[in-house]
Amino acid sequence: MEDEREVMEAAMEAGHILLENGAEIFRVEETINRICKHYGITSSNAFVLSNGLFATSGSTAEASFAKVLHIPVSGSHLNRVAAVNQLSREIEENRYTIKEVRERLEQIRTMPGKSRHMLILASGIGSGAFCYLYGGSLIDCLAAFLTGLIVYVFVLFISSPYLSKMVSGIAGGAVATLFCMILYHLGIGEHLNQMIIGSIIPLVPGVAFTNAIRDIADENYIAGSVRMLDAMLVFFGIAMGVGFIFTLFQRLTGGGML
Amino acid sequence: MTGQILAATIGTVAFSVLYSVPRAYYPYCGFIGGVGWLVYCLLIPRSSPPEATFFAAILVVLLSRLSAVWERCPVTIFLISGIFPLVPGGGVYWTAYYIVTNQMELAAQTGFMALKVAVAIVLGIVLVFQLPQKVFHIKNLLNKEKR
Repeated sequence: MEDEREVMEAAMEAGHILLENGAEIFRVEETINRICKHYGITSSNAFVLSNGLFATSGSTAEASFAKVLHIPVSGSHLNRVAAVNQLSREIEENRYTIKEVRERLEQIRTMPGKSRHMLILASGIGSGAFCYLYGGSLIDCLAAFLTGLIVYVFVLFISSPYLSKMVSGIAGGAVATLFCMILYHLGIGEHLNQMIIGSIIPLVPGVAFTNAIRDIADENYIAGSVRMLDAMLVFFGIAMGVGFIFTLFQRLTGGGML
Repeated sequence: MTGQILAATIGTVAFSVLYSVPRAYYPYCGFIGGVGWLVYCLLIPRSSPPEATFFAAILVVLLSRLSAVWERCPVTIFLISGIFPLVPGGGVYWTAYYIVTNQMELAAQTGFMALKVAVAIVLGIVLVFQLPQKVFHIKNLLNKEKR
């Protein structure tokens, strides 16, 4: 009885970590079922949405267990997804007792991501590279690199702790555009459009978009459409932020700048 | 063109850092992103952006699934950053730009083009994920041959 409870709790914890860090619904369900089956619970049932997890077990032979977890999607730490996946493979090879599994999960849950410096630098480099990809010159890339750094500082310290998704899209797009315009007028960068395209790329909701497609393809329509809506709102938000700053400058300068 | 591929590779690796992909997989991500963009660049003079994106996406997803089986880890890790260069970020930007500058015809054109490109990515992903997992177990086949 105690054991079964432990197993269900561990399975849900694994599902929680996966869902929170950007795994597909299919993987979450599969992992929960794998862990349950391996430790001998045959009556388990898991239902997974994009931001919630429902699991029950219980039959004439097994004790009943039911739990609901609300899981707001926080960030995308794919290293944790990889770690849980690895753990679930190792469980199947009979390497762990249920207690050890819970300890491992706790470790994975607190696994450090990249440091803030690294993230900011990565955002800058990504912006620079994508600016080049969209036809910017080398000096444009430099400007996009600088803006990419600023954009991610903004994301880390203002957007993610304080703003909703949609507003962070708008604000992020606005910050990127504003900074590119300032750099452009300081003479750093030749093609304003390419600079801005490069700098808004780190804001693009790649994980939500890709997972939405995969979930819909797996016929997890509810989770898939919620994720797609999530991605679309951020896309529109970014476009609106860019548009907002453009309009503002147009009004202030009489359209001479565009 | 070499510069373009290099930029795609560097950009993809930068995004895998942003999504906390484990360090050991950076080379895979970079390679997948680079090859995807190479295919896109090769096809774009002879076809439209959605067509080029479709074939590039198919290759990216195939390579991601192969790497996932090879390294025994979730395919998401390779797919998300690898597909990034193909995502129509530029299209979304130009659409917003044309709307704001009141060039509605161009806005509609670029908007629909971005949508078509997005649909091409969707189709590429959906199609390749229909292939059964067995197809990708090349490592097992190689091992069997050795025995």
